[in-house]
Amino acid sequence: MLEHDVKYLKFKTYLNTYCPHCHNSFNVEKKDVRQIEFKAVFNQNEVDLKLSPYLDVFDVDLSVPIEKGEVLDDLLCPTCKKSLIVKEMACGECGSPVGEVIISAMSKLIPFFVCMKYGCEWHGLTKADERRIKLKIPRQDMPEQDQTLRVHNFQEVPYGYTTELALLEAGRCLQCKNPQCVLGCPVNVPIPQFIALIAEEKIDEAAKKIKETNLFPAICGRVCPQENQCESTCIMGHKDKPVAIGRLERFVADYERKMDLVRVPIIKENTGQKIAIIGSGPGGLTVAADMRQLGYSVTVFEALHETGGVLTYGIPEFRLPKSIVQFEINFLKEMGVRIETNHVIGNIHTIDELLLEFDAAFIGVGAGLPTFMGIEGESLGHVFSANEYLTRMNLMKAYRFPEYDTPMPKGFNVAVIGGGNVAMDCARTAKRTGATEVTIVYRRSRQELPARGEEVHHAQEEGIKFKLLTNPIRYIGTDSKTVKAMECIKMELGEPDASGRRRPVPIEGSNYIMDVDLVIVAVGNGPNPVIFQSTPDLKRNKRGYIEANPETMETSKEFVYAGGDIVTGSATVIEAMGAGRIAARAMHAKLSALREKKNKPKKETTKR
Amino acid sequence: MFQIVRKQEMARGTIIRFDISAPKIAKKVKAGQFVIIRVNETGERIPLTVADKDEFAGIISIIFQVVGKTTALMRSLKEGDLLRDVVGPLGRPAEVEKVGTVIMIGGGTGVAILHHVAKAFKQAGNYVIGIMGSKDKELLILENEMTQICDELVITTDDGSYGERGFVTQPLQKYLEERDDVKLVYAIGPIIMMKNVCKLTEKYKIQTMVSLNPVMIDGTGMCGGCRVKVNDETRFCCVDGPDFDGHKVDFEELMNRNSLYLKEEKDSLLFSIR
Repeated sequence: MLEHDVKYLKFKTYLNTYCPHCHNSFNVEKKDVRQIEFKAVFNQNEVDLKLSPYLDVFDVDLSVPIEKGEVLDDLLCPTCKKSLIVKEMACGECGSPVGEVIISAMSKLIPFFVCMKYGCEWHGLTKADERRIKLKIPRQDMPEQDQTLRVHNFQEVPYGYTTELALLEAGRCLQCKNPQCVLGCPVNVPIPQFIALIAEEKIDEAAKKIKETNLFPAICGRVCPQENQCESTCIMGHKDKPVAIGRLERFVADYERKMDLVRVPIIKENTGQKIAIIGSGPGGLTVAADMRQLGYSVTVFEALHETGGVLTYGIPEFRLPKSIVQFEINFLKEMGVRIETNHVIGNIHTIDELLLEFDAAFIGVGAGLPTFMGIEGESLGHVFSANEYLTRMNLMKAYRFPEYDTPMPKGFNVAVIGGGNVAMDCARTAKRTGATEVTIVYRRSRQELPARGEEVHHAQEEGIKFKLLTNPIRYIGTDSKTVKAMECIKMELGEPDASGRRRPVPIEGSNYIMDVDLVIVAVGNGPNPVIFQSTPDLKRNKRGYIEANPETMETSKEFVYAGGDIVTGSATVIEAMGAGRIAARAMHAKLSALREKKNKPKKETTKR
Repeated sequence: MFQIVRKQEMARGTIIRFDISAPKIAKKVKAGQFVIIRVNETGERIPLTVADKDEFAGIISIIFQVVGKTTALMRSLKEGDLLRDVVGPLGRPAEVEKVGTVIMIGGGTGVAILHHVAKAFKQAGNYVIGIMGSKDKELLILENEMTQICDELVITTDDGSYGERGFVTQPLQKYLEERDDVKLVYAIGPIIMMKNVCKLTEKYKIQTMVSLNPVMIDGTGMCGGCRVKVNDETRFCCVDGPDFDGHKVDFEELMNRNSLYLKEEKDSLLFSIR
């Protein structure tokens, strides 16, 4: 049996065993006798072999006396009489042949092995066998809310792994010597190590392991596009499906939080230097946590009334519960990070003013300016930017209107333009607020859909329709100037463009009209101008984002760092965190050097 | 939390003035800029232009008309009560410089914002002509303040109960006919008023600035709800405005967009009464 699997079963677990050929049970239960019965061949004689059905109890009953250390010739199923010996395998302890039976455990069937040497208590596997068997464990699905039920509520869709499922999934990890998954992660989480700790049932230690490099695993486990990052390079993925790293990460973090095992880390001695962080999204929070831990006094400025940035206003409750975001932010507060909401930097304080009070600043304001397509009718009523739609729903809780005061844009026939995660979030939110038909309209094909695989899958399950290779060219309004239909054109894929994706080209004459009463435009964002209006000397790149040195994230202004979407344009939560980490490291190096410089002359003066 | 230090009811209680303690905002806010207020945890975010400030006392003033649930709720607040959130200053300040003679036109509650801008123009050394209009005498606000600021002041009421009878466009036309030294017109008030003012000044080719008040959520450029068409380009009122060249604004579109939530506003108000 698989070494890891054994550990999940408690000592003396009662094993239900079956023949791998005819699937008849080997178990015999008579009054108080519980046994597993086989036929064995020893010295060309057929022998009755009875084993204890309990794990790790090696009681054997043979119809003929055999010395300990002797090896049986064959092991047969008493019903179908077929041999159970697995030719390509051998005992990991003594090299004797092994017989295979199937046990049913943890609501699935697992192959279990019995050494043919009488007295040998081994039922583990060699490394090579382990690999072969591991491929047989399927990737574990997360239990989730029923699709017919969940379209009527805003509760989180997946429930997350149970400990049992997590242990099973953790058992699939091959523990590669050169783990490719770690390279695929923007913050290099020690993935094999934390998975090994899960397998050893040291889940709190696994959480600590992740937090060495990623402070917000509960968030990342839920929103990272793992299939393009860590899981894309998993070796298991070449033969089967990759290890569900994200789901395990989420499990570990949730376990730690639910079991109340989260502890404030040790904060280093106060450096006396102050850091200003602009924006409380994933990038800013990462810098805040890192710098606070290093002993800096940190203040985070947030423009909205609620902290969390895109995690709060953008990602819906059913994908990332706000209680989790607030838990992480409370954790930062416990660490001593100061948070100032309702502060629009650029207006209430300029960057230059901040630098008078603070030793360094980090700009992580995101790419918050919604892009429109510039087509006719875009300013009609009930045509929303994804930002406005999601902000109303998530931040302002419009789905609970009129209990909450912000009105909810309600449509029965909703079109969402775009194919990213934001588009999926909008579509699924619309479905939950009573839309009968929700359609994703995307100009490229399914292959190019930029959304996370899981989100597309969930959207489809929830009945969201996909109109691919289609682009709107005009919105048509009613007399009261709200949208009632849109004209679309079909597209085909041409030559690859700069992004490497094939450029969609309109097919002339393929126009048609589609009835809609709510349109959500989710075609991306641009850089927010507020910071630039008051900081004209902040250098910007061609696309209008802040130019930052990729190695330090420092901008053209000394002591001002930037990271996340305001540098790269729309990207992912984890990439913003990665940038935050780089910035924190560089900031710490620079400020430490400055401290030492300042301290030196002081020493001289004391000498005199 | 932000405390209301003074409350004043005007125009039969339909227009309210709050002096709010917000020292950081008071220090920074300039004429034409606005704040966003959220009254309580379930409240919506509403933009309100700052009508005055006292930098030393750390106080900003807002003046609002009671139109929907949130403003009704705000009317019920007393001096000493707290507002959950006040964010600001937001938007770009009015571009105030010495140009010579300016005509400042305010309609209804718009006078609240206008008088702050007018004050700035007066301080910059301009000759300020004020025109303010309202439905009737009782709805007229800030007359004393405007009298002090303006070198000349004309008041109009729709029903003739005070000042001249008619709309603000009538004295405006008279001024434009008589004076050729008018360099700038500032119009703040109902959309229809600003539209008519712009139509008139366009004939005389006089630069006209208007302050727009579209539906807004975050006020920092994020939601795009406040988009207006200016010179056929989509602009965001919160970060590009709220003041725009009135001759280039698509008022029709603004009117349509601002009437989108009338039904919800009513529902919300009814819900709160129930």
